[in-house]
Amino acid sequence: MTTATTPRDAVPGQLAGEPLLKVRDLTVTFASRGRRAVRAVDGIDLDVAAGSTVGIVGESGSGKSVTSLAALGLLGKRGVQISGSVHFDGADLLNMPDDELRAVRGKEIAMIFQDPMSSLNPVLTIGRQITEILVRHRGLSKQEARDEAASLLQSVGIGDSVRRLRSFPHQLSGGMRQRVMIAMALACAPRLLIADEPTTALDVTISAQILELLRTLVAETQTALVLITHDLGVVAGLCDTVHVMYSGRIVESAPRRPLFAAPEHPYTNGLLASVPRLDQPRGIPLLPIPGSPSDTLPWAQGCAFSPRCTRREDDCLGGPPPLAPVGHPAHLLRCMHPVPTGERRV
Amino acid sequence: MLKFAVRRLLLLVPILLGLSILVFLFVRALPGGPETALLGERLTPERAAAVRAAYGLDRPVHEQYVSYMGKVARFDLGVSIQTQRPVSEEIGRRFPATVELATMAMLFALVVGIPLGFVAGRRPGSWIDNASTVGSLLGIAIPVFALGFLLKYLFAVRLGWLPTDGRQDVTLTTEHPTGFFVLDGVLTGDLPAAWDALKHLVLPAIALGTIPLAIITRITRAAVQETINEDFVRTAEAKGMTKSIVTRRHILRNAMLPVVTIVGLQTGLLLSGAILTETVFAFGGMGSFMASALFSRDFPVIQGGILFLAVVFVVVNLIVDISYGFIDPRVRAS
Ligand SMILES: Nc1ncnc2c1ncn2[C@@H]1O[C@H](COP(=O)(O)OP(=O)(O)O)[C@@H](O)[C@H]1O
Ligand SMILES: [Mg+2]
Repeated sequence: MTTATTPRDAVPGQLAGEPLLKVRDLTVTFASRGRRAVRAVDGIDLDVAAGSTVGIVGESGSGKSVTSLAALGLLGKRGVQISGSVHFDGADLLNMPDDELRAVRGKEIAMIFQDPMSSLNPVLTIGRQITEILVRHRGLSKQEARDEAASLLQSVGIGDSVRRLRSFPHQLSGGMRQRVMIAMALACAPRLLIADEPTTALDVTISAQILELLRTLVAETQTALVLITHDLGVVAGLCDTVHVMYSGRIVESAPRRPLFAAPEHPYTNGLLASVPRLDQPRGIPLLPIPGSPSDTLPWAQGCAFSPRCTRREDDCLGGPPPLAPVGHPAHLLRCMHPVPTGERRV
Repeated sequence: MLKFAVRRLLLLVPILLGLSILVFLFVRALPGGPETALLGERLTPERAAAVRAAYGLDRPVHEQYVSYMGKVARFDLGVSIQTQRPVSEEIGRRFPATVELATMAMLFALVVGIPLGFVAGRRPGSWIDNASTVGSLLGIAIPVFALGFLLKYLFAVRLGWLPTDGRQDVTLTTEHPTGFFVLDGVLTGDLPAAWDALKHLVLPAIALGTIPLAIITRITRAAVQETINEDFVRTAEAKGMTKSIVTRRHILRNAMLPVVTIVGLQTGLLLSGAILTETVFAFGGMGSFMASALFSRDFPVIQGGILFLAVVFVVVNLIVDISYGFIDPRVRAS
């Protein structure tokens, strides 16, 4: 879909310079007193080149949100252990003082979330919620910020924007609210936008509109995009690179084309089989992956997906499988028994 | 908004009708009547009958009720049997004291309770949270009069920092254009009198404010704990807003919504008279006035006082509900 050359087609690891966002061995463990420790993210490596679009896909509970929240220091401190490193434009985000990190968030790195109703403050007008970020990071006066906020609303497709600034979130539809979130996120022309399930709470048509809006805006502004979703169909039209996560680890990782042309991991195939597709005749049943994400194993014992995997063999339980290249040099796979060509779901 | 207010005020009519019947029957069901208190040792059946006749108490109850309500409808609450002055005048003299005391008590509860509840809610399990939990339980459990006596003994009798009772020093002769002694002092330019009145308010306000304080602390704590986990707070953090803006604009404003409701209810209760506190500190407000009216079976005062306090209670809650609409736009819409 994208025909532009670098940096959009750039592949992690092949870039001359440092990537814009560089995550290494990120591990997040929730350990509150009296409860069993939960390792939500288990050694994630992730590169996001400037201007590129990266998808992170996985069933709910696989650690996608925790990965992004941890990277931005949004998890809080109590009962959370974070290790590894996160560098943005060379700066170490995990060890940055709080006030410096606050100056990066919203300005250099913006985020939008799943539920646009609960993500907006119910007692403040949307005008207030957009202008506050302009005042904070761009140092605009109140009046300048109001004018800018109106034109931001316009740019995300909200008409009658001056009047809309006085609306409260409950007076807008779900799609409108997500547009407001996008306007807020792009207010300071960030270099990286992380969108965590931006369309999950919306119905199909609205969801398509929002994705299209995101696609145009990041392309226009050359903003790098990390798109988090449980729906492979969503990343298909949008992302240069896709990482598939299961139980806190990346299990398959590839540029879009090889991933959709040759999905190797049984889990990736399972995800593909459960996505409704327009290019297939109606009547082909969607196949959900058997079992649930809770039927999992600690990675230390073997492949965490093996309890649900139809291709499981004894050696799947002999310690953690490595994430290793297969075929295409940027195609990485964590699986002992990939799906053979004939049985792939493509 | 106006329609809402009018509807709520109209609701007062059935409330007052029901309440007046209850009170009317209640005072007449009490053993003894005004004649017992008036005549004391001189009580003979003939004199008692004469007193009852003089106040119309010998007529059938429904007749008494109809004629009473007829006067109430014309804002005439009758005459106090004890003092022979109009009930409305008596209320007018005491109510400012109650308002003054309730205001101070509520201020105390808010100024201490909201920050305390906030800190406790942000750091659950910290020593300050645990201390506030224990303190709140104590505050609710300890009887008001016990606390009153304790405060009085400690700070007035032993340490002598504050006056023991009353509303102002008996040696002061000051003017009282409004009946709010602190305000009167300021208005008449008599600042020492205002200061003196303020000092008289401290201990009763603390004694009376302890229960609202405990409740406000707990509610604030719960509301803050709930609010900090809300998605929109995460959004504010993701926008890189400063800590103080996240706290004030995003957490506190939302956490205050449930607190406002409680403050309204508690203010209504405080204004309905604080019998125990006013008795311990000999503070001449509605509480002690109503208590003495009850002892002397001063029917017009009991009836008029209770109806008056019911109106106050409803009006205070109406004001709170209206102001709630200003801080929560979702309510304003519906
Ligand atoms: N604050 C938390 N405390 C304990 N466990 C958590 C917390 N947040 C997330 N988790 C756990 O971490 C795992 C990954 O969650 P998450 O990243 O939200 O998944 P998703 O991929 O759906 O975004 C889940 O098993 C979840 O239960
Ligand atoms: Mg999530």
